[in-house]
Amino acid sequence: MSDPKRLLGEPTTAVGSRAPTVQPSRAPIGAIAGSAFTPLQDLTGSITPSDLHFEVNHAGVPRLDPARHTLLIHGLVDRPTIFSLADLKRFPQVTRVHFIECSGNGSLAWSSGPLGVPSPGLTPQQVAGLTSNSEWTGVSLRLLLDEVGAKRAATWFLAEGGDASLLARSIPIAKALDDALVVWAQNGEPLRPEQGFPMRLLLPGWEGSTNVKWLRRIELGTRPWMTRWETAAYTDPLANGTARQFAFEMDAKSIITSPAYPDTVVRGWNLISGLGWTGRGRVTRVDVSADSGRTWEAATLQNTSQSKAHVRFTHMWNWDGRDAILQSRATDETGYTQPTRAELIRARGPGTLYHYNPIYGWKVAANGRVFFHGAT
Amino acid sequence: MIALSQTTRGNILARLAVIVLVATAADACRERSPNPPRQYALGRDATAAEIAAVDIDVGPDGVGLPVGHGSAIDGAAIYAQKCASCHGARGEGIPPAYPRLIGRDTSAEGFRFGTEPFAVRTIGNYWPYATTVFDYVRRAMPLSAPGSLTNDEVYAITAYLLAGNQVIAPDVTLDSASLQAVRMPYVDRFVRDDRRGGHEIR
Repeated sequence: MSDPKRLLGEPTTAVGSRAPTVQPSRAPIGAIAGSAFTPLQDLTGSITPSDLHFEVNHAGVPRLDPARHTLLIHGLVDRPTIFSLADLKRFPQVTRVHFIECSGNGSLAWSSGPLGVPSPGLTPQQVAGLTSNSEWTGVSLRLLLDEVGAKRAATWFLAEGGDASLLARSIPIAKALDDALVVWAQNGEPLRPEQGFPMRLLLPGWEGSTNVKWLRRIELGTRPWMTRWETAAYTDPLANGTARQFAFEMDAKSIITSPAYPDTVVRGWNLISGLGWTGRGRVTRVDVSADSGRTWEAATLQNTSQSKAHVRFTHMWNWDGRDAILQSRATDETGYTQPTRAELIRARGPGTLYHYNPIYGWKVAANGRVFFHGAT
Repeated sequence: MIALSQTTRGNILARLAVIVLVATAADACRERSPNPPRQYALGRDATAAEIAAVDIDVGPDGVGLPVGHGSAIDGAAIYAQKCASCHGARGEGIPPAYPRLIGRDTSAEGFRFGTEPFAVRTIGNYWPYATTVFDYVRRAMPLSAPGSLTNDEVYAITAYLLAGNQVIAPDVTLDSASLQAVRMPYVDRFVRDDRRGGHEIR
């Protein structure tokens, strides 16, 4: 190979690119109502690059003209109002870091394989790649509701997207008054089409599908609308013969993203690295176990834990060459600690859907090969 | 009855009238303007026509259901033409992309989905509100041509799906009043989220 010090390098480019040896993929599945998973194992730190943010859509990604797209706020308001993107950009601005997690994140690792336990051949991307973390910029929804004169009688609002499914979710007004945003920028640039360009709802800590992309309409009313996405889908069947509805918050969760399947580790010191998050505020600690959960040690939080945002944790582990199971568990500021899979099944039943946040493990074999260990 | 002089009666009536007027004015005031005017004067007033053009949602109380009607028999023909290629001739679906729509298999009755991971959910054994069928079909179906169905066609397809799921009789014609009155078998099984953080795993 020629010596790069003795060759003139490549010229500047309009848009930067990744190194040829670094080509992460979101591994998209489903051509129709698709999803694409963030390759958690390829990432460091806490921010997800925008082009690797996970994506779920219900009728494809619409091509919306930012000059023509508008947001209508109506219903129980004094002044039904239409806002353009340019209007929204003139309001006082808010920039915050938050994760978005699909409530179906973890479904591949929840369902049992042929052996009655989750498949050992799952990567962090497959286990938990439907969560991503970005810096979002937009306007407070509370401010917009003040501008249109929301009536006190309003207790719920319907948020509707401008995609081909006109996805719509009913949201309690209290969330709008708390921390909801209408955002148009992500990680310093306009939203990408897959993330809702030109504007989306951001409900920090709440299940992904409520963060309505391509937001075109908000209607204020006095009861939920019972759309398909809060009845047939995104409801959680429980062992007691009921189904939990409007299960908005994402509970505390974590995953070790390295080492993980299909890595091979070597004896001696290894850096364990992973992500923790909670929809109920801040992660206060992440503990790591290298002995199947018998003993736990506090991991180091790499970045300051922000509310409803990913935090990167690391932990040094000296591998002695014997079989081991690595696990992580997050605790949040409400005192909630991520449960084991067995505890979740006890609480909800094996057939439950959505909001999977069991402790995940990685089994290290004596030859150093690492496999997913879901049976915690 | 207490006898009152004309004067006293007049006084009382006058006072009552004043009280009523004041109360009405206060109500009107509260109703009209609980909020200060726009601080930033951004955006523009939406017209009634602009709102009507996009205000398509239907609630579980039937609010938003349009004028129109359709029968399960009409719906069968429309379903065969516009839905069956994805959802199967009898609503059996092609999972996971195209979910099963029709089915009341006894093995999946009783809402035991929490304990039985392989029980297949359908409109009849899971969906809590019939209005949701209308709302969803009208806004999102068929996948390749959403928004193309007339209101009558949506009523007919809704009737076909509800009849196929044994929720309504096969000869029923649905309109806004009759659809609003349909009660789904398992509506009572849907409960509000009781997770609150803290030490309890729910």
